[in-house]
Amino acid sequence: MVRVDGSGNSQGLIRARGLNKTYSRGGEKIQVLQGLNLDVDKGDFVAFMGPSGSGKTTLLNLLGGLDVPSAGSITVAGDEITHMSGSKLTQWRARHVGFIFQMYNLIPVLTAYQNVELPLLLTKLSRSERRKHVETALAVVGLTDRMHHYPRQLSGGQEQRVTIARAIVSDPTFLLCDEPTGDLDRKSADEIMALIEELVGKYGKTVLMVTHDPLVAARAHTTLHLEKGVLVEGKTPREGVFAGGAA
Amino acid sequence: MKFWRLIFANLFRKKVRLILTVGSFAIALVLFTFLAVVRSAFNRGIEIAGADRLVVVDRVGLMNLMPISYADKIAAIPGVKAVTHDHWFGGVYQDEKNFFPQFVIDAENHRKVYPEFMVPDGQWNNFAKDRQGAIAGAKLAERFHWKVGDRIPIKTTLYGGATWEFNLDGIYHTEKPDGDQGQFWLQWKYFDENVPSVIKSTAGWYIIKLNNPDDAARVAKAIDEKFANSPHETKTETESAFAGYFAKQFGNIQFLIMTIGGVVFFTLLLVTGNTMAISVRERTSELGVLKAIGLTDRSVLFLVLAESLAIAFFGGVLGLALALVMIPGISGAITGLLPPLLLSKPMLSFGLGFALFVGAASGLLPGIGAMRMRVVNALRRV
Repeated sequence: MVRVDGSGNSQGLIRARGLNKTYSRGGEKIQVLQGLNLDVDKGDFVAFMGPSGSGKTTLLNLLGGLDVPSAGSITVAGDEITHMSGSKLTQWRARHVGFIFQMYNLIPVLTAYQNVELPLLLTKLSRSERRKHVETALAVVGLTDRMHHYPRQLSGGQEQRVTIARAIVSDPTFLLCDEPTGDLDRKSADEIMALIEELVGKYGKTVLMVTHDPLVAARAHTTLHLEKGVLVEGKTPREGVFAGGAA
Repeated sequence: MKFWRLIFANLFRKKVRLILTVGSFAIALVLFTFLAVVRSAFNRGIEIAGADRLVVVDRVGLMNLMPISYADKIAAIPGVKAVTHDHWFGGVYQDEKNFFPQFVIDAENHRKVYPEFMVPDGQWNNFAKDRQGAIAGAKLAERFHWKVGDRIPIKTTLYGGATWEFNLDGIYHTEKPDGDQGQFWLQWKYFDENVPSVIKSTAGWYIIKLNNPDDAARVAKAIDEKFANSPHETKTETESAFAGYFAKQFGNIQFLIMTIGGVVFFTLLLVTGNTMAISVRERTSELGVLKAIGLTDRSVLFLVLAESLAIAFFGGVLGLALALVMIPGISGAITGLLPPLLLSKPMLSFGLGFALFVGAASGLLPGIGAMRMRVVNALRRV
């Protein structure tokens, strides 16, 4: 159950309270988030929408521990992350967050297998254990037969699948997707969204996704709009966009 | 070292750049090693000089000769174990480019003062009995394919221009393989008979073997006092000080070498530092991803440093390998003009250490930049 009014209980997976984020640009202060509240339960699939510059990616960065808020708190699975030191936050990210980026951000000189293995290199897993995990993740995204291909040898959709495999290989607490289909054609986008839905539905993953695309947002359980620095609940996408239930 | 694959993959990302950077490292290392070898060659005389030996020269300068009668007077000073004398012959063998040092030696006492030059007794006895006798260093003999019994003509440039002929009676070796085995010795008695009268009964410099090295200062002072206010006042110093003075005749080699070495060092630092900075900048978003998935700042610094160290290592090894091949060739080509150029193991280790130091230093700034990079800013770069 997703809430934006600050009424969620402490049992939720992700809990943000009074989030503020202010940037300074050329001496001018720009307040992107203004007292934002958010509660997300395990297994939720949330889409964030809003115009450019509304703070969607900023919110995702804060929830993923990539950036720190100017004020407010974020608690994930009982861990208050806003006051963690840099190194502790890094460790926390490695354990709890899987990132999926619009531009895939794969390492071009590593194969698909090696890219997916990267997060596991930070763990104490043995080589054979790592292999097992990587092969499983690549099987989930349907790229077992491409594991020794370099990113340049893959299509955009396949590259994004590798990114998803890299995000899930360490079995993180939740996934953050920043425009995961923004660089893909419609067919590939549909395939990626189907995969993300599978991760939520079949594997119980919690997914927070930023998108500009209403069709993509419609695949989420809940769509939230960022307006004037706070989240506003919209109609459920299936009602609003896919009135006919095509999704 | 779980990230070695990433480090190597990044190294080979731009092959042309890698080849150029490793190549510049290698060439700089060759130059650096060559300079170090030349410096070492000039200093070798100082390093191997006997602590128990003194050298006496005319106070005015090395070109002024001293009476041969000084030998007995010096020998009488307490603390002196043996005295011998040398002269510079300065002849030409076949062609001026075949330069090698020729010394006129005192066959009676030379071995007492220089035990490190080893000549078989039989050869030495033949030399001592043969007025036209000569002894050559093993490397010199090898250079001109001489063997004992050969007749060697040398044209003098200082004493009338005639060609003197010598019988090669012996070949000397040194205790250490890197010792000077490029000298040619001839008998003082034969020399004294044939030089113009103004040169007769003179010595170029005296070499003194002491009973006890601790007496060096006292004996040196006693010698100089003995010949004070004479037509040929003396200047006595330790052999190492004399060797250092001799090396300075070529100019301030030390300063020259240090200056060129410094330029090489800073150029290499800038070239490699620039390469690493470009390399890091090109991968900003990738470094952002690595940080996002959990790589610590220190690990990112380590990745960058490991990469620059790997470049330095490969460039260093290649440079040292080239130096190992080139320096003996150069040394052979300039035999006689300079002391032998020898690339020792400590010098190789120092060269590799130098390369790694430059590698670490050049990777440090880009590495710190990558370490301090904020993930959100890095991810924004495409």
